[in-house]
Amino acid sequence: MTDSTVLRLNGLSKRFGPVVANDDVSLTLAKGEVLALLGENGAGKTTLMNMLFGHYLPDAGSVEVADENGVLHSLPLGHPQAALAAGVGMVHQHFALAENINALDNITLGSEPLLALRRNRQAARAKIEGIIEHSGLKAPLNTPVGRLSVGERQRVEILKALYRDARILVLDEPTAVLTPQEADTLFENIKAMTREGLSVIFISHKLREVLAFSDRIAVLRHGRKVGEMATADADEKAIARMMVGADTPKVARTDMAPGAPVLNLSGISVSGRYKRDTLKGIDLEVNAHEILGIAGISGNGQSALANVISGLAAPSAGHIQVDGTKVPKPSPAAMVKAGIGRIPEDRHHEGIVGAMSVAENMVIERLDDPEVQSRGLLRRDAIRDNAERLAKAYDVRGPGVTASSRLLSGGNIQKLILARVFERAPRLILANQPTRGLDMGAAAEVGRRLLEARERGAGVVLISEDLDEILGLADRIMVIRDGNLVEAGSHDREKIGLMMAGEPA
Amino acid sequence: MIRIEPRENPSRAFAIGIPILSAVISLALAAIPLLAAGANPLTAYGEMIKGVFGSVFALSEMLTRATPLIFTGLAAALAFRAKLWNIGAEGQLYLGAMAAVAIGSGYLDAPGIVLLPLIILLGAGAGAAGMMAPTYLKVRFGADEVVTTLLLNFIILIFLQMMLEGPLQDPMGLGWPQSAPVLDQGMLPPLMERMRVHSGLIIALVLAGIAQFMLARSVWGFKLRAVGENAAAARHAGINVNRSLFGVAAISGALAGLAGVSEVAGLKGYLTSDLSPGFGYTGIVVAMLAGLSPAGVVVAALFIASVFVGADSMSRAMGVSSFLADLVVSMSLLCVLVGGFLAKYRILRTREAVS
Repeated sequence: MTDSTVLRLNGLSKRFGPVVANDDVSLTLAKGEVLALLGENGAGKTTLMNMLFGHYLPDAGSVEVADENGVLHSLPLGHPQAALAAGVGMVHQHFALAENINALDNITLGSEPLLALRRNRQAARAKIEGIIEHSGLKAPLNTPVGRLSVGERQRVEILKALYRDARILVLDEPTAVLTPQEADTLFENIKAMTREGLSVIFISHKLREVLAFSDRIAVLRHGRKVGEMATADADEKAIARMMVGADTPKVARTDMAPGAPVLNLSGISVSGRYKRDTLKGIDLEVNAHEILGIAGISGNGQSALANVISGLAAPSAGHIQVDGTKVPKPSPAAMVKAGIGRIPEDRHHEGIVGAMSVAENMVIERLDDPEVQSRGLLRRDAIRDNAERLAKAYDVRGPGVTASSRLLSGGNIQKLILARVFERAPRLILANQPTRGLDMGAAAEVGRRLLEARERGAGVVLISEDLDEILGLADRIMVIRDGNLVEAGSHDREKIGLMMAGEPA
Repeated sequence: MIRIEPRENPSRAFAIGIPILSAVISLALAAIPLLAAGANPLTAYGEMIKGVFGSVFALSEMLTRATPLIFTGLAAALAFRAKLWNIGAEGQLYLGAMAAVAIGSGYLDAPGIVLLPLIILLGAGAGAAGMMAPTYLKVRFGADEVVTTLLLNFIILIFLQMMLEGPLQDPMGLGWPQSAPVLDQGMLPPLMERMRVHSGLIIALVLAGIAQFMLARSVWGFKLRAVGENAAAARHAGINVNRSLFGVAAISGALAGLAGVSEVAGLKGYLTSDLSPGFGYTGIVVAMLAGLSPAGVVVAALFIASVFVGADSMSRAMGVSSFLADLVVSMSLLCVLVGGFLAKYRILRTREAVS
């Protein structure tokens, strides 16, 4: 590892209207270094990388990238092509792969001249195989990407960047979709590549992996760089404090004896076209005073399970009991009526109607309620008062309850949904990825509310891809894999990780 | 470099100002073809204004023209609010008109107090049925309603021609393809002596008021808006999306059917296959100009009727083609679409950074 600088960001600033996304951020990256860019959601990590990559034009500042000889040149801003040509590669959190063509073609796609008559696939294959050998990033090249696992797809994305001779690789939350074991493999591969001279910036908000795998850490908060240190000198508590600007709110949970069953699923099957929509005769029981955590790699049937419990999917076999009473004809309305509160996975898409007001979104699940309507007409004053009260109680901040709910930030949208769900004192709460994309403060608030509901006597089904979250909140853990649900039996991270990956524990 | 960024908070003044500005700009742009036709634009605009507001008769003609546009504009606006793309108002209009003459031109010789409500109800029902069928195909089989409703227009028109040369043909009509006239007691009463404006206008205005109120204040309107803005969230929240779609389909079709009833039983008296010069399609323009607001539909319908009637009278006075009216209406729609875009997004010019 040498100390030569390969990338320098000088005083980058970016505003979106009144929001300052980045304020005078400077960073340097050395050859062969792994720099972790740490910060809460909305801290400006992705914006910064998008400026580096030319997707956004900075309001101020400049970017310099070294050429093969180590000489820094300033990069024309706002041109992704220029960034690519200078050897900057980016792997986004959401993959940009064409599912119906194979990995080889996905990797070469876009790096060939549009009007070339012949493609030199042999040369391309040889080059990719060379990269695979050096980096250890194994991926089947001849299989359509649609049939690859998430981990394999991610390796294809990285290979795509390396194929274009990237010397600087930016990874945006690379482990969000991986099992702990897959994540470890990924970081080993990255280590191998940095020994060959690759420099890596990886964006994350998981402290554990940052401390384990980076050389240096830069922390962003509210768009500013608030700290930078060598990982060797870093202290977990100090970094966490730097990220949130205060001590991390610790979720306190007390042990509690489970009560009577509130939700029973027996022999529930859902047949879907895709694996993620399929359940194969699962049994599940959740008791009062109990949080059941469902761990699993995304796409193993979590959506199907959530859809069954929230009434969106009709099971092809099996039946559902809430509080010991069978739900005869499951539908979203029937589930709400039976006392199930639902926190949907995609809060923007399923949680709120963005064009409607905060107040309207707070009553959207109880339009039959005489408090909300009388004789088919909305009681607008009551709806507004209800919203004012809930906004205060659940700390929903934004431009007011009569403003469009799409103007709220992600965390406040989630608080709106929490208010709507918890206000009805549900018997069972389905929380599907309830903290995804939330900053630490908002995530802790979600955890606190779930524990509060458990204390009150509700049962909770917590579906999450964040194993740490499940380990921290759940009383009991089940693992979902390939449409099957099995009891984990313990809170052993290693064992659950193996079960998620489908290996016998 | 030019970039487009969304505006943070499109204001209400913008939402109302943009259509008005678009209307003014489209009129200004009409000066170009007017000049090309050899007319003085200012005199031409003067003639247009005179042709609409110059006399009670002119005003009455404009209101007569606006009446079916309010009905079809409401039909489009409500359906579009639920993202149900009803392009079939033209066909539904004729279904309504056929129902009106089927019952009203002698089949049932009842007193007006019975016959008129019956004509209105049957006409609305026929229009509603005409929209329910494509909506069923959409909900059940996923058939795109833009295609089905549009194509249904032609089917209905040909069916109409068949009926006008068959069961509905006026036996006293000397073989012309037209229906027997609606009985006198079945006609919508005129609003003024010796003028063509009729009480269909009152029905249209009342319905626009009701639609405006229900959309904003009722649970029905709440569900409709939720389904249109985000069907997935509405479904998740327990709203029966299909029921909302069928409901608004029936109402949208009924409104278009009433346009037909109002033209037949308010104005013409009998049905021919050229009853509507495209009121169903113009209703879409009206709805878009109105920003899909029922109250806005009334204003937009008055504007477009003014352009049509004004251009007609101007073309007669100045000797230019009356197709100019279509030109202004089309341009105003384009201006509104561009204006709507500008209200939602801002266009920024940024200087290239040094390289």
